[in-house]
Amino acid sequence: MFYRETGVFKTTYARDMELFPIPLDKIGFTVGLVLAFLIIPLFASHYLLVGIFIPFLVFSLAALGLNILTGFAGQLSLGHAGFMAVGAYATVIMYNRYDVPLPVALLGAGVITSAVGSIFGLPSLRIKGFYLAVSTLAAQLIIEWVITHVKWISGGVYSTVDIKALEFMGWKIDTAAEKYYVALVIVVIMAVFAKNLVRSRIGRAWMSIRDMDVASEIIGISQFRYKVLAFAVSSFYAGVAGGLVVAVYYGSANIEEFHLMLSFEILGMVIIGGMGSVLGSFLGAGFITLLPIFIDLSISSITHNVVDLSKVFTPDLLANAKNMIFGAFIIFFLAVEPLGLARLWHTIKDYLRLWPFPY
Amino acid sequence: MSDTVLFAVELTVSGLLVGLMYSLVALGFVLIYKASGIFNFAQGDMTFFAALGMAAFGALIPMWVGIILMVGAMVVLAVAIERIVLKPLVARPPLVLFMATIGIAFFLQGLAQGIWGTQPRGLSLGVTDHTYEIGGMFVSSLDIVGAVVAGVLVVVLVWFFQKTKTGRALRAVSDDHEAALSVGIPLRKAWGITWAIAGIVAIVAGALWGTRVGVQASLALLALKALPVLIVGGIDSIPGAIIGGLIIGAAENLAEGLIGPAVGGGIKNFFPYLLALIVLGVRPYGLFGREIIERV
Amino acid sequence: MLETEAGDRMSIASGSQVGRKNGYSQVPSKEVATMSRNMKLRWARAISLVIAGSLLMAGPAAAQEKAQWLPLLCYRTGPYAPGGSGICGGMEDYFDLINLKGGIDGVKLKWEECETAYSPPRGVECYERTKSEQGGCCVYHPISTGITYALMERASADKIPLTSIGYGRADAQAGGDIFPYVFPLVTTYWSQVTGKIGYIAQKEGGLDKLKGKKIALLYIDVAYGQETIPVLKALADKFGFELGLFPVPAPGLEQSAQWLDIKRRFKADWVINRNWGISCTVPLKEAARVGFPRDHIIGVWWCGSEEDVVPAGPAAKDYITTNFHGVGQNFPVIQEILENIYMKGKGNLPVTRVGTVYYNRGVIHGIITVEALRTAYKKFGPVPINGEQMKWALEHLNIDENRIKELGAEGFMPPLKTSPTDHEGGGWVRFQQWDGSKWVGISDWIPPMKELVQAEVKKSAAEYAAKKGQK
Repeated sequence: MFYRETGVFKTTYARDMELFPIPLDKIGFTVGLVLAFLIIPLFASHYLLVGIFIPFLVFSLAALGLNILTGFAGQLSLGHAGFMAVGAYATVIMYNRYDVPLPVALLGAGVITSAVGSIFGLPSLRIKGFYLAVSTLAAQLIIEWVITHVKWISGGVYSTVDIKALEFMGWKIDTAAEKYYVALVIVVIMAVFAKNLVRSRIGRAWMSIRDMDVASEIIGISQFRYKVLAFAVSSFYAGVAGGLVVAVYYGSANIEEFHLMLSFEILGMVIIGGMGSVLGSFLGAGFITLLPIFIDLSISSITHNVVDLSKVFTPDLLANAKNMIFGAFIIFFLAVEPLGLARLWHTIKDYLRLWPFPY
Repeated sequence: MSDTVLFAVELTVSGLLVGLMYSLVALGFVLIYKASGIFNFAQGDMTFFAALGMAAFGALIPMWVGIILMVGAMVVLAVAIERIVLKPLVARPPLVLFMATIGIAFFLQGLAQGIWGTQPRGLSLGVTDHTYEIGGMFVSSLDIVGAVVAGVLVVVLVWFFQKTKTGRALRAVSDDHEAALSVGIPLRKAWGITWAIAGIVAIVAGALWGTRVGVQASLALLALKALPVLIVGGIDSIPGAIIGGLIIGAAENLAEGLIGPAVGGGIKNFFPYLLALIVLGVRPYGLFGREIIERV
Repeated sequence: MLETEAGDRMSIASGSQVGRKNGYSQVPSKEVATMSRNMKLRWARAISLVIAGSLLMAGPAAAQEKAQWLPLLCYRTGPYAPGGSGICGGMEDYFDLINLKGGIDGVKLKWEECETAYSPPRGVECYERTKSEQGGCCVYHPISTGITYALMERASADKIPLTSIGYGRADAQAGGDIFPYVFPLVTTYWSQVTGKIGYIAQKEGGLDKLKGKKIALLYIDVAYGQETIPVLKALADKFGFELGLFPVPAPGLEQSAQWLDIKRRFKADWVINRNWGISCTVPLKEAARVGFPRDHIIGVWWCGSEEDVVPAGPAAKDYITTNFHGVGQNFPVIQEILENIYMKGKGNLPVTRVGTVYYNRGVIHGIITVEALRTAYKKFGPVPINGEQMKWALEHLNIDENRIKELGAEGFMPPLKTSPTDHEGGGWVRFQQWDGSKWVGISDWIPPMKELVQAEVKKSAAEYAAKKGQK
């Protein structure tokens, strides 16, 4: 009853097209922003910021990029971690060696990754479905090889490049809260951009390619232009996410951080969060990032407060139980809501439309 | 000059034999995709599960009993997967099913190591890894056994699909399952059988690879080696898996041996994928894959 | 409503992804197992209750007696689990032993494992979660080069020392201002590789006999594998042997091309096996296949455990590897653990693993931790010890022959003497050979070629400092 569209009248085109037409949605979003910008940095512990919120933000951005490519444009890609690696090393090289200011370095990393991604996206013009997925694996492997072997990029035998002390125009970014802000600002801006992008003509073109590409080609949508654009935009997001990983999360760029399993994890975030949904990228990133920690904490708290699990099960079984629970959770979740958490959220909102009335 | 030629020939021969062993892993993928349209990411972990089970049993009971037990376990696993994972996800997009198989992969890896521990084990099938020198080249007996087994398996599978009733039923299901339903072929049973057969193929692959490199969790990464084979051969073609394996095996060895030193080495991992990309450029569904005809 | 979400389109879209491919995605609607909306809401409610419940339960245990808190970064899952479980198990058993004997000056040790699965993000998360629990931590053993890199900056900023015993950045042994909180104790890869070349020279009849020989480095193509290449090149220049580089892309399941090259084209005399995980075992089988003598393969100590050679079966016989601690159960300290812990029915691992390479590696980790704590307590008084005090202790370790005898570790660990500019403390290595069923020590403690290593360390540390923008 409170969450409804009735009684909301639009009198200008701009209002009609706005992101949050329902007033309660607007309030909700504002509350969310206040929470993110004010409450969390002030009250969250260092561990929560560094161990939970910053990785959540960074991986949401990566998931958002992949969602644009796979969820909106329908091109399955398994090389996302490789693109993040490109962005990470590009950021570090520009910031460390050429003293490029931090935001420009991040942006530049995004552009460079965009270019790399577009090249690896060219096969999508000929190949579809799982064939395309496997050929994007080539991107992941080739990028790994190039970074490990080209010393100019990897900075010597250790292939690890630490980023210099972060600072921007005299503002030293060294506390966890400050790093959190950097990540938050960038993620919010890029998320809003993505949300608008997928509502635009480009987004509709992508969705038409995803749904029926032959039909979309017939009505005149250039497959070449939009597919490559999808790869380019998605890689841009991946590049910036990779740059953020280095700048505010790890502090160093190491190719082993961007291994193949990360690509699968980000794909998992997209699928579980909901393909073709900006909100879904965030929900999925939260789910996949937090689930292992949650399982760890549950087992640890059960051990402390209820029964010492390490006496009941062998350490092997206990450690591997986390893998098993994780896998089982993914399957269970997909069975319950295969369209993702975003769909679950929509179902809840639908329910709220009528609440407290039954129908 | 002839030294390099001999070297190249040796690389090729060894590569062809290894390629056949890749095909064994790829066959599992092909079977499941062919019958149910699912890209089973868990195939690598199924191979690991099978290998680890056999290694663990082999320490306690005679090998042939262990193999029978393992076959039973894989059948149970197939039925469980079909009932718990696939049934609720019927009619979902293939990407969701792919994600579900990733979940199965995690689960299987945890299960295998939870039950049998994380220690690497050796596996011996009574096949000694003896090296013969033929015409100045080294050929390993295990490789030859692997090649023979792969050949036999392909023949058996092709005979199964062509000549037996169940095999024909499975082919009908993969061709057009609505028509198959309408002639009374039980779909879910067909899918269960397919996963069981894929499980048995995983046992064979796991046995051979386990003997070759030992059994530990990294065995699951064989899936990555098998993917280019799938692409080159075609995701749904059994002979394609063999031909693809031969091509990839030889090519990757030749590339690493001849081109590798010039560029700093280590190209063995991505070269097969590059090759697969090139093949896809010419034939977008692999060499023997079925072409999808879309209607608007 | 908001813009068309993909969710509405999915059922229509499933057609296009694989065209007319039949399969699970195209089963007629009567077989579709959809959950009604009410069911979904019920599930959503149930899940949120479970989550809320567990989060309410979560919290640190209430333990208030005076104890030294040690969070342990362990990995008992994943492809490297044998190593991680062995080391953590050995360490924890040693801590148990110390507690049974009354602790360190009466202070008992308390620890908790945090599973990192050898993954840097999990390692970072574990570190951040545990570093301020229970009064704060004093030292971390990441047991993983990747996690060490990820934690180096953080730990230095938090002033908590990181050890990298037998792994990690070799140039961090310079300590000082550049690597104040990183301790590659006992020995580093660079010291090890000079030891290896020295051993090869010994076998060939002298350092001068190395000239003209061919030594192949077979390494996994990641940072860890490439680490010793500069030092090897310097050694090759100095002693005149030819160095061949053979990278193996991870995970290294299949290495036939590399081995054919090593045997046929490069015709190596010696091979250094610098791999990790399954890529350590495969070379032994490949070498057997091409007929390369296993006793001319020298492996690093992360390729020199029972888990690496047992799967290779008879092909592994006579394989030589380095180590930085003793192997086997024949040491007083290991016997003590067996008697007091395993015979009493406790113990972290199956008793068959006691005395294996990784287990003993864990014990030496434990010994160093306890000795460092002892040194810290002597200077700063008992618990709590903070990171800076631990750093001081780690820089003033002096475990000499007498102390080693007291600890029951004679022949088990080399003497260890650190200083603020020497975070390594010795650099000794020894060699062992696989006789088909166990490792047998075949050498004494061999010192590294100090001047060469120091020259490389200085160079590399200076580069690192320059890159970081320090003076």
